[in-house]
Amino acid sequence: MHGFDDWALTLAVFLPLVGAVVMLVIPGAEEGLHKVVALVTTVATLGIGVAILARYDYGGHQGLQFAPTPKDWISVIHAKYEVGIDGIALPLLLLSMVITLLVVLYSWNHFPEPHNPKAFLILILILEVGMNGTFVAQDLILFFVFFEVVLLPMYFMIGVWGGENRQYAAIKFFLFTLFGSALMILGFLALFFATGAESFSIPFLVQHAQANIDPDVALLIFGGLFMGFAIKVPMFPFHTWLPDAHTQAPTQGSVILAAVLLKLGTYGFIRIAIPILPDAAHTWAPWIGGLAVVGIIYGALGCLAQTDMKRLIAFSSVAHMGYVMLGIATLTDFGINAAVFGMVAHGLITGMLFFVAGSVKDRFHTLDMKRLGGLLLQAPRMGWILGFCCMASLGLPGLAGFWGEFPAILAAYNPAAGLSQPLFRTYMVIASIGTVFAAGYLLWMLQRVAFGTPKEEWDGHAIDDMHWPEYVSWVPLLAGIVALGLIPNLLFKITDPAIQVVTAAIGK
Amino acid sequence: MLEHIWIIPAITFTSFWLILFFGKRLPFKGSEIGLLALGVCLLLSTVAGFQWINHDSAEVHFERAPVAAAAEGGHAAEAAPAAEDGHAAEAAPAEGEHQAEAHVLRTPVDKSVHWFKIGDTQVDAGTHVDGLAIVMLFTVSVISFLVHVFSTSYMSGDRRFTHYFASLSLFTTGMFVLVTASNTLQGLFGWELMGLCSFMLIGHWWEEPKNSNAALKAFLTTRTGDIGLLVGISTLFFAAGRTFDIATINSRALDGQIGHTALLLAAIALFVAVIGKSAQFPLHTWLPDAMAGPTPVSALIHAATMVVAGVYLLARLYGVFWQAFSITHSSINPVAVVGGITIIIAAALAFVQTDIKKVLAYSTISQLGYMVMGLGVGAWTGAMFHFFTHAFFKALLFLGAGSVSHAVHSFEMDDMGGMKKYMPKTFWTFIIGSFALAGFFPLAGFWSKDEILLGAGQNGYTFFMIVGLVGAAMTAAYMTRCVYLTFFGEYRGHGHPHESPAAITVPLMVLAVFSVFAGFLNAPKLFGGEWFGRLVEDATFVHAAIPIHDFSVTAALLSMAVVSGAIGVAAWLHFGQRLPKGLTERSTPARLGHTFLANRYFLDHLYTGVIIGGIKGPIARAAYWFNQNVLDGVVNGVAFAAKRSGSWIYKWIDQGAIDGTVNGSGLGAEGLGGSLRRLQTGRVQQYGSLLFGGTALFALGLILLVARSN
Amino acid sequence: MLLNQFLLLGAVLFCIGVYGVLARKNGVLVLMSIELILNSVNINLVAFGMMGGDAAAITGQVFALFVITVAAAEVGVGLAIVLLIYRNRTTVDLDEVDLMKG
Repeated sequence: MHGFDDWALTLAVFLPLVGAVVMLVIPGAEEGLHKVVALVTTVATLGIGVAILARYDYGGHQGLQFAPTPKDWISVIHAKYEVGIDGIALPLLLLSMVITLLVVLYSWNHFPEPHNPKAFLILILILEVGMNGTFVAQDLILFFVFFEVVLLPMYFMIGVWGGENRQYAAIKFFLFTLFGSALMILGFLALFFATGAESFSIPFLVQHAQANIDPDVALLIFGGLFMGFAIKVPMFPFHTWLPDAHTQAPTQGSVILAAVLLKLGTYGFIRIAIPILPDAAHTWAPWIGGLAVVGIIYGALGCLAQTDMKRLIAFSSVAHMGYVMLGIATLTDFGINAAVFGMVAHGLITGMLFFVAGSVKDRFHTLDMKRLGGLLLQAPRMGWILGFCCMASLGLPGLAGFWGEFPAILAAYNPAAGLSQPLFRTYMVIASIGTVFAAGYLLWMLQRVAFGTPKEEWDGHAIDDMHWPEYVSWVPLLAGIVALGLIPNLLFKITDPAIQVVTAAIGK
Repeated sequence: MLEHIWIIPAITFTSFWLILFFGKRLPFKGSEIGLLALGVCLLLSTVAGFQWINHDSAEVHFERAPVAAAAEGGHAAEAAPAAEDGHAAEAAPAEGEHQAEAHVLRTPVDKSVHWFKIGDTQVDAGTHVDGLAIVMLFTVSVISFLVHVFSTSYMSGDRRFTHYFASLSLFTTGMFVLVTASNTLQGLFGWELMGLCSFMLIGHWWEEPKNSNAALKAFLTTRTGDIGLLVGISTLFFAAGRTFDIATINSRALDGQIGHTALLLAAIALFVAVIGKSAQFPLHTWLPDAMAGPTPVSALIHAATMVVAGVYLLARLYGVFWQAFSITHSSINPVAVVGGITIIIAAALAFVQTDIKKVLAYSTISQLGYMVMGLGVGAWTGAMFHFFTHAFFKALLFLGAGSVSHAVHSFEMDDMGGMKKYMPKTFWTFIIGSFALAGFFPLAGFWSKDEILLGAGQNGYTFFMIVGLVGAAMTAAYMTRCVYLTFFGEYRGHGHPHESPAAITVPLMVLAVFSVFAGFLNAPKLFGGEWFGRLVEDATFVHAAIPIHDFSVTAALLSMAVVSGAIGVAAWLHFGQRLPKGLTERSTPARLGHTFLANRYFLDHLYTGVIIGGIKGPIARAAYWFNQNVLDGVVNGVAFAAKRSGSWIYKWIDQGAIDGTVNGSGLGAEGLGGSLRRLQTGRVQQYGSLLFGGTALFALGLILLVARSN
Repeated sequence: MLLNQFLLLGAVLFCIGVYGVLARKNGVLVLMSIELILNSVNINLVAFGMMGGDAAAITGQVFALFVITVAAAEVGVGLAIVLLIYRNRTTVDLDEVDLMKG
């Protein structure tokens, strides 16, 4: 199995591409075949993921695993094909694989207009290539390429299969992210040249960047990386692309966007920005924390002003990612563990909420909460699942959301050495107030969508309860939410050793 | 059993899933699973109780603080250190001697498993069984079991009968988890689980917006308090040296290992959570609205779960509060003040209610005020004992009210009256509950309330004792009013009321028995004297520092006199039809007072109208406006500016200058050609003349040139 | 002094010729005017030749003979063209002949 370890990550990244190529040569009329190919591809990819999970060394080994010797790629600029995973990347890689599979399953009979399953599924597979690649890349150029690969399929997904205002949303999403990427690549190049133009390798830079870069320059470089990642997260005030993109995107797009794409930004912070420039991160941390708590309250207020269910869920992402960023900003092991947990939990929970919203839209052709109501009477199972997701999303202990929220709040009480305690304690209190707001907007949404009695306009409309693709694609997420909520060690056990490496460098 | 106490919550948790997934297919729609589970839990907690009674402590390292010292002007401060020094025997006067040998305190039983680990901090999930947990488990099991029995009849035919029982199971699980939790984080699980279940059960009939609003209100209000819980747990976690363990936190707080600032912050934060959950002033407003749920749920919420969770938290982390607020070393502290205020304001509100459940709801708030005040003045055992007795008679009263409403299909006391005739069993049990609540000798409430008042008086909180006595008088009076309006006079409703079936009356009778006899458990000179106190107090807790007091006949007589007097006056007014009719029309102060009370001190207006309305309305809209117009405006503005500058560049630079040059050269050539074309007329002579003219010009030039050069 | 008269004659003839070429409409007359110009040049050549000694005199006369020969040929071709124009257009008015107009 030695060969497998060397090839596992490459397979995990490029297998979906193979699937996509196969689908390209199949005529578009063969819908059934396309679905099968996409399903087989994603299942196989997840299979590789499970094998990686099984062969992962959970013990003391804290470095990269499944990392073959780097191969030359673009030798002129010393960019290499270097991959590998550790405890931070592994959960996210699996999340990406699982979500893609479930999205393909959900798509079985939920293709949005203008249909065209071939193109739609190919886009999903290419998205998976980009997402998986970003999580395993250990070379900045490679990372950047995968980071950008994600953009295009999502652009088309929103622009072609989206809602009424899709063009605007797609362009906004694309340009906004590209703007961040431009600053990010500047940061990458600055890192490259400031360390002697030797390598783009992340492990190399982690070792050499801190010592070789002037602190003032490091602050600027961090700023560039910050912009690139913060837009993707998205942090207040760079979030305005998110509600539009989510509202206009097809259900599948929203799910992938919320569940995986947003994590690319936070992952970038933990993988690149903080380990490479810990001192700059330390200087920036109070500002990041401040923006994070503003995002928490602000996202919640944004939610309360919504009348569209999907837009509300989109705004809630701003608030939830605020907790993740608060956790990261504390620069402590508790905080960053909470952040990674929060990323996974948010992926499961908000992914679920978007699935439900998509199914509600399928049935009612509207998400206007003024027109909805009494979902529990029309489709009781879906209504209860919506309630469950709301509870998970507001951070109820025993469900996954709690472990992203509470440890972040806890960590803010006692941030990394050298960070202002009174400031972070203020953040802690604000973040705690945010939990009440979260309960407020989520339950308010639940009340207006699920409780009460259906409006008269739906008299005589037969509303189906859940279909089998919905069961198949939702149950794993629901089970994951409960399992992670009750046994947080499932995730902490994986993430903690890798995070200890990250936090050890801070303040040194 | 004590080591495997986790089985109890596990049973109800399993029962929840079973009912949820299989309940509808069973003959009794899932209620049998719930009943069975709770029956087993009751049995197991009884077994655990007996094991606890026989569970002996290895050694007792301390003796009780001398009573007399505490009684002298209430300065227990001087006595407590003396006791720890082992000089208690000399310091204790003769009448306190029996306590030194009586308090065989038991060591708690802990059991834990690895939960998760971050860095060097390992967090275990575990159970911590001590007297408090045992009493809680037993009480919750009893009440929950009886509520299950009651519900089988009361809720029969309900549209969501199965869901109802599933929620009951989960609700009970939440309380079990909370009371057996060995760390604060686990406690938080149980705490929030109850919040969730109360949301589900209060909003059980969610078709009505009124009910779902009440559910939301309950959840959000307690959640507001939970801000304090999150902050408090976080503070204690770091202050106590990275641990969530309750016993460790308590002992470190008492040892002075936690800085006073952190401790005070944590205590205040946690107390906010208590205020939210236990419906203390000023966050009490959700509890009366919570009456929107089914009546048995109200009984469960008010008697054994949910609202007492706050009191339980206070008692469980007593070391923190004790040290932070210098309880018994001060004459005033926030806990006692909030408790005292709550007693009075809630009791006052109970007078103006017309809905029988709301009378009881405000009564619960008032009684919780007693417990909180009791803890605030250092009467820990008294407060816990009051929780114990209150659980029985409040459950009894709620279920009794449910029984009446089952007969008359209304909760309005205007639709009742004269029910004594129609439902004698309900009547008599309700009377027992009312007297117990009023604190009438020798019923349960008397003993527990008396103990709190005694503690307040003797620990130097004389003012709070008076508050308590006033509260007792008010309680007696409003219960008299309630009983009169419900059971006496003429029947004012419609239809034909009848006594409820056995599934409803049997739980009432069981609870009535408890309400009569539960008080004797801590009565002096019975069961070896203060048997309950010895049961709940344990060796690791703060009881070393808490002074206890002998039963005082004077105090008992005083409180009896007050209560009897209040009942007498109320009865005289009501039964004798002597209530001043039209008082609110004639007297302005009375009218203002009534308006003030009827609007519940306008707190609801403040919360719903001002705060929530403000956040949901203007503030959220303003934030969204900011988002759409300022932030998005910036983005769109940038895009707009980019588009405008793009089109400007396109128009002027690209199309104008660059393309202009290219096109211009073409155009120029074309224009030139066009004008030159006119020269080529095709007429030879013209060409000739031009040729000649040109030559002539050249010649002329040449000539001039030559001429000049010469 | 003798030279001046010759040159004057040449100039007068040249001017008449130029006038004829530029002003007359009739193609034949234009050709004749061209002959006048050529002849004025011949006069000039011979006159200058006589001024510059023997060799020069011979050269001038030889040039004049050449010019006469070429002029004869030129008139032949020119008249042929005029004739052809006349055949095609039944006119020899040069204003009518503007096929080269751009």
